[in-house]
Amino acid sequence: MKLRKSKLFGAIAIAASIALTATGCSSGGGSNASGQVEVFSWWTGGGEEAGLNALVEVFKQEYPDVEFVNAAVAGGAGTNARAVLATRLQAGEAPDSFQGHAGAELFDYITAGQLEDLSSLYDEEGWRKVMPATLLPLITVDGKIYSVPVNIHRANVMWANPKVLADNGISKPGSWDEFFAAADKLKAKGITPLALGEQWTQLHLFETVLLGVLGTDAYNGLWNGTTGWNSVEAKGALDTFKRVLTYTNSDAASLSWQDASKLVIDGKAAFNIMGDWAEGYFRVDNSLVEQEGYTWAPAPGTAGTFQFLSDSFTLPVGAKNRDAAIAWLKVAGSAAGQDAFNVKKGSIPARNDADKAIYPPYLQSAMDDWGSNKIAGSLTHGVTASNAWKAEIDTALGLFLQNKDVAKFQAALATAATSAGK
Amino acid sequence: MKRAKDWMPGLLLTAPSLVALAIFVYGFIGWNFRISLTNWKALSPDYSFIGLQNYRDLLVDERFKIDIKNSLIFTVVFMVACLLLGLLLAILLDQKLKFEGLFRSVYLLPMAISFIVTGVVWRWLMNPATDDRISGINLLFTKIGLDSLVNQWHLTPNWGMAGIALPAVWQMAGYTMALFLAGIRSIPEEIREAGRVDGASEWRIYRHVILPQLRPIALSAIVILGHISLKVFDLIIAIAGKQLALDVPAIYMWQTSFDAYNFGKGATLATYILFSVAIVIIPYLIFTMRQERNS
Repeated sequence: MKLRKSKLFGAIAIAASIALTATGCSSGGGSNASGQVEVFSWWTGGGEEAGLNALVEVFKQEYPDVEFVNAAVAGGAGTNARAVLATRLQAGEAPDSFQGHAGAELFDYITAGQLEDLSSLYDEEGWRKVMPATLLPLITVDGKIYSVPVNIHRANVMWANPKVLADNGISKPGSWDEFFAAADKLKAKGITPLALGEQWTQLHLFETVLLGVLGTDAYNGLWNGTTGWNSVEAKGALDTFKRVLTYTNSDAASLSWQDASKLVIDGKAAFNIMGDWAEGYFRVDNSLVEQEGYTWAPAPGTAGTFQFLSDSFTLPVGAKNRDAAIAWLKVAGSAAGQDAFNVKKGSIPARNDADKAIYPPYLQSAMDDWGSNKIAGSLTHGVTASNAWKAEIDTALGLFLQNKDVAKFQAALATAATSAGK
Repeated sequence: MKRAKDWMPGLLLTAPSLVALAIFVYGFIGWNFRISLTNWKALSPDYSFIGLQNYRDLLVDERFKIDIKNSLIFTVVFMVACLLLGLLLAILLDQKLKFEGLFRSVYLLPMAISFIVTGVVWRWLMNPATDDRISGINLLFTKIGLDSLVNQWHLTPNWGMAGIALPAVWQMAGYTMALFLAGIRSIPEEIREAGRVDGASEWRIYRHVILPQLRPIALSAIVILGHISLKVFDLIIAIAGKQLALDVPAIYMWQTSFDAYNFGKGATLATYILFSVAIVIIPYLIFTMRQERNS
């Protein structure tokens, strides 16, 4: 009976993965002969793809005999990729290595027993010394390290149009109260104060408001249970968030994050809050110069804090080309690999011994901040909450966007934290 | 009893598809139902039995209430508009037009496009931005002086689903037309002639002669459109992505299963979708089977 169950389940999973690949996801698939390494990610466009390609180049130089198979699945922040990955893992068709956000999101795979312990690789390569001490606990369970982080992005960045600020005599707001004062001025002139996009960017905004109003320690406490979601302080943050939403564009739900950034570029909006991958969009895609076409500051109330997310690569249990996968991880964790990747991707390397000089000015300052600031994790990008918890918060946020009822929102967030065991 | 020679070849020939059907349709329905009774909330399977707990949770789930409401709005707008528009087009095409074949193809063509393509195109057409960023149909409205018609389309509070139904109507109205046109053409000309001889106007002929005979066609159309609308997923994803204002059970199921890895609850939602479609389909099947037996 037991056997039949698992066979049947395998059949389901295979059928599901066939259906998924058939819907246009560019899965590498195919043969898994030795001498190949199949790497799964959601880096399929722009700087992300360029970064991956640069990393692959380094890999090819060091391991010319191994063929790299790109099993990337399109979809921002891995929305489609994770579904494909889940079915593949359950069907026992694991890729040789897959991308995962360091932090709670990765713990889902670890607790499911789907990842191999990489501690010995860390010892061999001397990574314990070069990987940041703030990052290691996020990929460690019971003293075992489960993934190799390749980059770090900053989430709490407020982007602005310098010309709009100058024309209206506004400086970059250091707190949400300052923002409201500036926003009233802009609104009176018919300029959208804060450009906003679809729901996940609103979740992103929500986490930076939480961080800005509560402060770093209380914000971090939300995720380990020491700050209550029912507290007065949390309610203050939710009230602020509600007010911030009144200063945003009415068509937010139909815009991607790039569309929202474009509003700032075109001077139709003054500010936008987005992670620092937007820097590449300003500088590379739109050929703008920092301080002329765009400028930035930490999101209101978050100066001195670096709210981060990090992509990492793993070694799944049952990887068909285990040796090649380990070779891939060695390259991903190497200084040469990380420098090649991050300059293109527009993020800072996870290693603290990178060649700073080759990075553009924004990233150099981000490296300084990463080294000196207080650290907080990003919710939207998988650091602080498990996928289940994040999904519940996302639903609560979606309901709040409908009814704008702070009390209900707070109750739903508290319930979500309880069911997540905090 | 018949001899094996009579029924054996038939059974053998259909056996492969019968077996595939049993496994891939009914087997999976059963398996899905079984998972909906478990507490499987992680990447690795957990088959601990929790009875109907997932179903009870869904009854008090706020998001699910929105989903039902959205699903109903979509279904009603989509079906009513498709049926009326389809019937109207069919009657117009029935007037012995010159380029009937051309018109028929033009109206039917959208059906050949996938909902994803329709969604992407209509996402541009239904751009809700106003003032100097206005575009799509709204821009057209202002250009021809119909500023009062400019609206938020699928982002209209509470009624956004009606906006989502527009592209679906665009896509399926032609198909409904084809069904009705086939129905109209199958009615013998003599019956109409008889009506005319009795002195009935063309309107009365349509109202009292043609329409009543289209009832079986209308029923088929309702069933086909109904099951499309109750499982709609791709169209909404293409137009609006995952936003709660435009959430339907199928999107909730997807997010619960694959974003939150709550497979127990996801399977529960899938069972709900199956039942809601079954409520539409099963009476239809019983009806047609009875008709076939009678004839």
